[in-house]
Amino acid sequence: MRPFTLTGGRTRPSRADFTLITSVTAVDPQPERAARPQPEHARILRLCAKPVVVAELAAQLDLPVSVVCILLCDLLEAGRITARAPRPISRTSDMDLLQKVRDGLGRL
Amino acid sequence: MAGSDPAIREAPAPDSVKILIAGGFGVGKTTMVGSVSEIAPLRTEEPLTSAGLGVDDLDGIPEKHATTVALDFGRITLGRELVLYLFGTPGQQRFWFMWNDLAIGALGAVVLIDVRRPESSFAAIDFFERRDIPFVVGVNGFHGRHPYTPEEIRDSLALPAGTPVLLCDARDRASCRDVLIGLVDELIAGSAHGGGTGRPGRAG
Repeated sequence: MRPFTLTGGRTRPSRADFTLITSVTAVDPQPERAARPQPEHARILRLCAKPVVVAELAAQLDLPVSVVCILLCDLLEAGRITARAPRPISRTSDMDLLQKVRDGLGRL
Repeated sequence: MAGSDPAIREAPAPDSVKILIAGGFGVGKTTMVGSVSEIAPLRTEEPLTSAGLGVDDLDGIPEKHATTVALDFGRITLGRELVLYLFGTPGQQRFWFMWNDLAIGALGAVVLIDVRRPESSFAAIDFFERRDIPFVVGVNGFHGRHPYTPEEIRDSLALPAGTPVLLCDARDRASCRDVLIGLVDELIAGSAHGGGTGRPGRAG
């Protein structure tokens, strides 16, 4: 199947909210009066019942990242998901975060 | 308050951080990501226009809108509130336009080299140097053997004096973990010194 048939031929998202590690979560409960979601949208909503990042969604759906981003834009605009950008990295001041990463790796 | 918004009633999503695993084609990036993390193949469908082709060239050829690029993608759970994602950068030169996107928000990078053909990773070293993205060099020993010392490798790659060169075996989980720790130690050292890691310039 051509992946972009799922997006109605669109090849670019309508907005650029989604990085590979942006976390998305289905809104629970889903908005009232919302139309029944398309099958691919419904699959995404099931997968992001708990927070999941865009790259993981794409891997689980076996769909290209760019296609998943377009579908996520639809869901965001319909109020069905929330998106959380990764914490911005400041290399000069994020000692706390770096130390957590260091400690976590040390425990592996 | 949190209770007023149904979208954030659940526990907050864990923090996500990202490290790139870079290097030339066939230096062991896939092996490294697989050794140290749960791995999933990831495809991305890139519009051909972003590779620098004119939109007009694609008129009338709808099936050539996009090209599929495969990435290595791994997840390491570091705690309840922290997940580290590894992204292997595509090695083939024609996909390098994607590196900028991948690099956004990354803590840093591991540039893997194969000592039998180190030149295949020169461009990756250039990429991170030019953008002042912190990196360490991981020397993936063929069959785990290391014929050269880190100093010899640093000299031959003309690396800045402070750049860590770490001997590793991409097939070995603990070895790959130690390379990642080496990178994070370098980041912490750079952070402690006000952002200076011995490299010129500053991250934007």
